[in-house]
Amino acid sequence: MDNLISIVTFLPLVAAIIMAVFLRGEDEAAQLNAKRLAFAATLATFLVSIFLLVQFDAQNTGFQLVEEAEWLFGLQYRVGVDGISILFVMLTTFLMPITIASCWGVNVRVKEYMIALLVLETLMIGVFVALDLVLFYLFFEAGLIPMFLIIGIWGGANRIYASFKFFLYTFLGSVLMLVAMVAMYVDAGTTCIGGCGEGVRALLDHNFGTETFDVLGFSVVGGLQTMLFLAFFASFAVKMPMWPVHTWLPDAHVQAPTAGSVVLAAILLKMGGYGFLRFSLPMFPVASDIMAPLVLWLSVIAIVYTSLVAMVQEDMKKLIAYSSVAHMGFVTMGIFAANQNGVDGAIFQMISHGFISGALFLCVGVIYDRMHTRDIDAYGGLVVRMPAYAAIFMLFTMANVGLPGTSGFVGEFLTLIGVFQVNTWVGVFAATGVILSACYALWLYRRVVLGDLIKESLKSITDMTTRERAIFAPLVVMTILLGVYPSLVTDIIGPSVSALVENYDVAVAAFVPDTHFAANH
Amino acid sequence: METILLFAPLVGAIICGFTWRLIGEQAACVVATLMLFLSCLLSWVVFIGFDGETYTRSLFTWIESGTLFTDWAIRVDRLTAVMLIVITTVSALVHLYSFGYMAHDENFKEGESYRPRFFAYLSFFTFTMLMLVTADNLLQLFFGWEGVGVASYLLIGFYYRKPSAGAAAMKAFIVNRVGDFGFLLGIFALFWMTDSIQFDVILPMGAELAEMNITFLGMELDAANTIAFLLFIGAMGKSAQLFLHTWLPDAMEGPTPVSALIHAATMVTAGVFLVCRMSPIIEYAPVAGNVIIIVGALTAFFAATVGLVQNDIKRVIAYSTCSQLGYMFVAAGVGVYSVAMFHLFTHAFFKAMLFLGAGSVIHAMHHEQDMRNYGDLRKKIPYTFWAMMIGTLAITGVGIPLTTIGFAGFLSKDAVIESAFAFGPGLGEFAFWSLVIAACFTSFYSWRLMFLTFFGEARGNKHTHDHAHESPWTMIAPLGALALGAVFSGMVWYNSFFGHTDDVGRFFGVPYAEAGHHDEEHGEEHAEDETHGDDTHAAETAEGHGDDAEHADAGHAEEGGHGDGHYVLTGAPGEGAIHAAPGNDILGEAHEVPKWVKVAPFVAMLIGFATAFLFYIVNPSIPGRLAAQQRPLYNFLLNKWYFDEAYDFLFVRPAKWLGRFLWKGGDGAVIDGGINGLAMGIIPFFTRLAGRAQSGYIFHYAFAMVLGIVALITWVTMSAG
Repeated sequence: MDNLISIVTFLPLVAAIIMAVFLRGEDEAAQLNAKRLAFAATLATFLVSIFLLVQFDAQNTGFQLVEEAEWLFGLQYRVGVDGISILFVMLTTFLMPITIASCWGVNVRVKEYMIALLVLETLMIGVFVALDLVLFYLFFEAGLIPMFLIIGIWGGANRIYASFKFFLYTFLGSVLMLVAMVAMYVDAGTTCIGGCGEGVRALLDHNFGTETFDVLGFSVVGGLQTMLFLAFFASFAVKMPMWPVHTWLPDAHVQAPTAGSVVLAAILLKMGGYGFLRFSLPMFPVASDIMAPLVLWLSVIAIVYTSLVAMVQEDMKKLIAYSSVAHMGFVTMGIFAANQNGVDGAIFQMISHGFISGALFLCVGVIYDRMHTRDIDAYGGLVVRMPAYAAIFMLFTMANVGLPGTSGFVGEFLTLIGVFQVNTWVGVFAATGVILSACYALWLYRRVVLGDLIKESLKSITDMTTRERAIFAPLVVMTILLGVYPSLVTDIIGPSVSALVENYDVAVAAFVPDTHFAANH
Repeated sequence: METILLFAPLVGAIICGFTWRLIGEQAACVVATLMLFLSCLLSWVVFIGFDGETYTRSLFTWIESGTLFTDWAIRVDRLTAVMLIVITTVSALVHLYSFGYMAHDENFKEGESYRPRFFAYLSFFTFTMLMLVTADNLLQLFFGWEGVGVASYLLIGFYYRKPSAGAAAMKAFIVNRVGDFGFLLGIFALFWMTDSIQFDVILPMGAELAEMNITFLGMELDAANTIAFLLFIGAMGKSAQLFLHTWLPDAMEGPTPVSALIHAATMVTAGVFLVCRMSPIIEYAPVAGNVIIIVGALTAFFAATVGLVQNDIKRVIAYSTCSQLGYMFVAAGVGVYSVAMFHLFTHAFFKAMLFLGAGSVIHAMHHEQDMRNYGDLRKKIPYTFWAMMIGTLAITGVGIPLTTIGFAGFLSKDAVIESAFAFGPGLGEFAFWSLVIAACFTSFYSWRLMFLTFFGEARGNKHTHDHAHESPWTMIAPLGALALGAVFSGMVWYNSFFGHTDDVGRFFGVPYAEAGHHDEEHGEEHAEDETHGDDTHAAETAEGHGDDAEHADAGHAEEGGHGDGHYVLTGAPGEGAIHAAPGNDILGEAHEVPKWVKVAPFVAMLIGFATAFLFYIVNPSIPGRLAAQQRPLYNFLLNKWYFDEAYDFLFVRPAKWLGRFLWKGGDGAVIDGGINGLAMGIIPFFTRLAGRAQSGYIFHYAFAMVLGIVALITWVTMSAG
């Protein structure tokens, strides 16, 4: 299959179009059909993507399974995967069937909901496989629209505010990124990111200028690279989200429906991290090195600050959203430690966080469906009537805390050990995250699940249904499997990360005039 | 065999926890227990068959990233072998005991199945504890470390209906995490310095580490000291040492078998195990070593003082555990790791026994735990009484001074105290006196417990007393087995842990050589000793104790005529299970301490006993009057030196305040305020629009957005040509 990546990417979109054209009616049968079709499409996408993984050769650090075609206005359609992107594709295809299955209970505008989710899947996969600047931008920005709709239409009471906040934040970053992309094209003369055909230069091989120049009276160390870096940073930092541009996330999560929260936390946030790895580190290594201390400190602040904030939350979703920000802090920290441990750990953390945060939002969804409140105070003693739920919630709480043996530990450990070798201060402050995460996660668990069941409203609450258990099963398996045998991931990403780090080190070392920044760690 | 030993408890836990609905409650618990007994049997086979040679069996790769490489592996050396038998023996007995103790629990309602869950947790705990001691790298050790933490969390919170249990569980986990924070940093620093966390690589580098410098938090520090100190913070958390001890007494919220297994015999000793495991590094970290001594000695003293006045029977024993752990750390800190392990080993038996005995009392008294409501129980529950008596004799250190005949605690505790004295003036003396005073207090509170519970007149609810009954055989039998350990484990293994240096060296697989002078003469003696030593190895069964005790006795007497057969450990770092740096001969010197030093703990014990006898048998009105007279001191002790209150004030409240401040102030006012200020003009405008068009606007907006993107792309292509 020559078009494997395109098939994986556009299969959900095709299903969405079929649904839009052929499915009629708002009755229950039609709703069920829409759900079934969406589930089948996402499941098929996942199955096809397994072939992608089988054909992938981890030892080859270049782009593989590349497809090229002419497109509108002479633009290039170019997609492919390497060790850094393939697992994000897999993560997306793996999580989407679960997400679809989790919204079996939705009964408002079901068809549109399914279409939005399917389109969103195509766009998310597109971001991870795009190898052309314009294509990437298209996917990256268009991905906002379905998410924006999901929050704005199927969200909670305050959804308008949340969706606009979400949109404004991400859009402001995007504008800067667009300008930077134009500048990159002007400088390099190509929009091809990598894996280009014969005789076409790749952006990844282009050396962007590092000569210091003056802008409005400020002299910019690292020159063009720094300017480009900052422009991209604006966009990716919002997406991650990094402190202090994180405040859109808790609001978006609180207002989003369960499926929206799952996709947002598990996949959409990873676009920022992926962007850093695809653009910032390899294309602007010198600027990355110059800016690394700043990013590391922002990451540490994110970890400590948002963990403290998470501790005092009254809303379950907000608490988990803040914990997501803290976990993403580990990711940015690992990436900008820029060594094998750190970057391996960052990618691992993103994959693992996809499973864990997805599962945690689903856990909230389970009881929200029953009680229609996210207030922590409205619960307590659920273990009495919901033992299976208590067990699953416990597992993911522990995974969130970073217990060894769950996938949550590996990423945290590798990013910390990576950054410790770069800057012990950062390492020590970030490591306090292991204490703080235990505080907020166990505090949440205790208030919701433990204790005696005394609240009248909870007396008749029922344990998880078979469908709900089936939804969690794959997540449970992945969380433990990756925790016990993380080589499943590190074997695939290892060689590509190693190449990335090597190139980075060479580029940084070659930047002689300002090496005092590099030596400053 | 090691693999079966290791995974049998896990298999038991999985079968018990997940399939009990299919195979029935009782069957599930039986399976878990049988798996444990299998594991226990194999552990004894491994222990007895072990020849001192370290071996490693790799299972499969765990975390691999760049130069960082770790396997799931089983590494067996003497430390591991000792821990194996301690863990599996106590755990198997506790499983058996739980059949009786957990049969009917008032914390659960009729028809609720809690026993399979309990047994599954116990077995899971055992598995993680075994992973901890069989690790061949620090990361697997950390896996076990956190794994036992979770098991402990689950078991402390086992009575989930009780709010206090949930709080105690959470506290235990979080305080342990504070320790783990240090532990992790230690691992990071070690990896940074040596590029490995495999024991095979890092342990031999102990001496080199002492010469390296690490830039830590802007300071140039000695690498070995820094790493040892950071790792010790982890040990402090897990072993409930001063400042990180607050979770242990609260952990008594868990069912009593849990307290016996986890919070007395095994998990809390993991810190001691860690320090002994890292002995090749700690030996070259004198500053960290001194910190260990100080913390250990202070803990032993502090916990003993608090134990004096507690009224809850389990809390007394909990503080006693805390205190005894301090003893072990002192031994490790002065550099006599074999003695630390000795006390760990004997303590496991007699402390587990005290807890199980206490459990039996609580069981008999319908879950009454306040000793003020006990009294005169020795006739009603005679087996329990005798078991507790043996445990008390062991912990207070009853034996014949200047010989090696005595209960387990007598031999190991005296070994610790003598080692502390041998460390020398200053720190050694400080530790020595702390421990002797603590021994006096230990004796007092242990006898106080005995007198209040079993002697005097019955107090409290008469109905409860009338219905006090002896426990079933499943609870009595484990007490009997542990009693053997509490009586004989000290005498049987005295030589191996605290005999001549060559015996100890042979036991731990550490090369040894004669020290300087007197060559030919004691060559012969040595040969003779060796046969004794081998006997010890061969006859490691309870039956062999009598003989061995005599041998040990003989060996000890020879030691009196000092200088004869004097050996020192010469192994390079990483050779054998423990390490002694060149010049560290505390083990030998501990035998040469003055007679009064050797007798001191015995005298302290007698004083404690006499005082308790006076207070609670002769004139029971004294304690009340004394407490009234010394009100501030009494309250200070009763409230555990106000540690919980201080931590609440220093950490818990500020953290919550800070969280709220950052949330409302940082996120709310500053960040959102700033951005909203920017966007204030935009959002209301859109929302007003939205108000009219309901949700239709959103599609319009999305459409506009697509148009925008298309326009931008067009512009890119056009401008780019």
